[in-house]
Amino acid sequence: MKAVCWEGVNKLGIEQVPDPKILNEQDMIVKVTATVTCGSDLHLIGGYIPAMRSGDVIGHEFLGEVVETGPRVTRHKAGDRVVVCSFISCGRCWYCAHDEWSLCDNSNTNSGIAQAAWGYETGGVFGYSHAMGGFRGSHAEYVRVPFADYGAFTVPDGVDDESAVFASDAVPTGWMGADLGGVKPGDVVAVWGSGGVGQMAAQAAKLLGAGKVIVIDQLPDRLSMAERYAEAETINYADTDVQAELRERTGGRGPDVCIEAVGMEAHSPGPQFWYDQAKQQLRLQSDRPTAVREAIYACRKGGSVFVLGVFGGLVDKFPLGALMNKGLTMRGAQQHGQRYIPMLLGRIAAGELQTRHLATHVMPLDEAPRGYEMFKNKEDGCVRAVFRPGA
Amino acid sequence: MNRSVGGTLIAGAGLVGAGIAGAAGAVKWLTSKAEGVPGDRTPRNRWLMVTVNCPPGQFPAAGDLPEPVAKLTDRAEVTIRPAPGDRGTELGMRLLEQPPAGVAGVTARLSGADPRQEIRSALRDAKSLIETGEVIKPDEPTTHPTPAGKLFDFATRRAGGEGRL
Ligand SMILES: NC(=O)c1ccc[n+]([C@@H]2O[C@H](COP(=O)([O-])OP(=O)(O)OC[C@H]3O[C@@H](n4cnc5c(N)ncnc54)[C@H](O)[C@@H]3O)[C@@H](O)[C@H]2O)c1
Ligand SMILES: [Zn+2]
Ligand SMILES: [Zn+2]
Repeated sequence: MKAVCWEGVNKLGIEQVPDPKILNEQDMIVKVTATVTCGSDLHLIGGYIPAMRSGDVIGHEFLGEVVETGPRVTRHKAGDRVVVCSFISCGRCWYCAHDEWSLCDNSNTNSGIAQAAWGYETGGVFGYSHAMGGFRGSHAEYVRVPFADYGAFTVPDGVDDESAVFASDAVPTGWMGADLGGVKPGDVVAVWGSGGVGQMAAQAAKLLGAGKVIVIDQLPDRLSMAERYAEAETINYADTDVQAELRERTGGRGPDVCIEAVGMEAHSPGPQFWYDQAKQQLRLQSDRPTAVREAIYACRKGGSVFVLGVFGGLVDKFPLGALMNKGLTMRGAQQHGQRYIPMLLGRIAAGELQTRHLATHVMPLDEAPRGYEMFKNKEDGCVRAVFRPGA
Repeated sequence: MNRSVGGTLIAGAGLVGAGIAGAAGAVKWLTSKAEGVPGDRTPRNRWLMVTVNCPPGQFPAAGDLPEPVAKLTDRAEVTIRPAPGDRGTELGMRLLEQPPAGVAGVTARLSGADPRQEIRSALRDAKSLIETGEVIKPDEPTTHPTPAGKLFDFATRRAGGEGRL
């Protein structure tokens, strides 16, 4: 079958690889019909997540049709249209049982690597390096879905593929940021980053009753999407002083909840950017935490900061003093999709959550390298490129 | 001690922050846990532990443990004890023999013959079998043979038996 493979830093290719097979009794095989570019892939492609090997199939946000089920799959059958969570989770370990699905104990086949990096490992992910299990990604004609009863969800009939596919990753990630960030009715919520993840966090905050949502980015087309679909106010960080702007708009208090949806390749207009980039390139720090720093400074006293953006290792100039003295709560997580996906599909079906506009560019799988170029450089207003392997 | 082991395996495996510690780190990783006085069971020969999400009342008896652990019981002792709160049951194993030390320890670890690697894998597999009835298998690789890849394969091949468990 055809698949999109990582071939080295900033190099993707379309390759022929063997079809996936059922390897465990709880596996199923899904014929992929829509698979998406995510900001996390940019960190992989750019070489910031080094546990990648030439020939690895990438992609983790996807939807498709069940074609074969293992003998112990009971909740799905051939022909079902399913959206699959980007994280692979067993459903029965203590973490899964406590709704912290991305922390699954039984789904990462290379637990030693991630234990060495972080103390304990996360669960496995599709197409996201050997530290996260080395599973094949979804940018392919077929993909094996382990623990299928727990990770795949039947899509309601009235919801089209291009709306439902984001329930795999961007929507639950954004929702989790607002939910576990503790958004309460009346809160002022600031969101850094207006990509798929940030926009979904903004919509989630609104639906959880936030009094005001403020989205920060420098890309005008993305900011106008946040205004339109999340009823958010926006700040273009290239034009203004974000800290001063936030103080002014929050009666001098600062936002109650700050959600970071930018990640390790954050950009900033000031000298800080060159400092962080130089350190990252010299491998003196693995990540550029610009938006995290900003969120911690901006947050009101006693407020909460949730890190959705992906970080791999060590950061420099972390404002620990602000965190401690202001009494902040800081939290982060890879997404616990299985906890939210059925509820989110319901909200998408009911028209409460708007997702379809994220699919700015739809193209055949063969054009994935071009799709990633557009997504990476944010060309032509690209928010997410959706590949259609069947097309 | 274990912490620095972790930090240097990162460099050895070329994961996050590759190059921070480089070759020196790899050497430190390989020789770590290899010190120790004969007859002293720490830090070289601690109990290796996993917690299984299974209430003590339903946990298999010592004679009924899953095969990955059962087949090692002539070489390691087994402990089973309740975990606090709702956390299930703690399952541990400790080698009866002393794990290889010094140069022999390094060689064993590199070649995948350090018996602790086998024990860690057995505990993880037993936990998964009790919790889910299966042990998840990795996908068949699609990777190309490159020199960097070979080094990486080497690190991941050991990864199942390594770690802080
Ligand atoms: N926690 C999870 O489970 C999870 C899941 C999916 C994605 N992610 C991560 O979330 C992050 C965002 O993902 P995405 O798909 O929306 O990516 P994206 O690349 O589409 O969007 C990132 C946005 O951040 C903006 N940005 C850059 N620097 C900024 C700054 N200093 N201040 C404000 N905005 C800034 C960019 O202009 C861009 O619009 C990534 O790090 C991704 O890896 C995490
Ligand atoms: Zn993603
Ligand atoms: Zn689990």
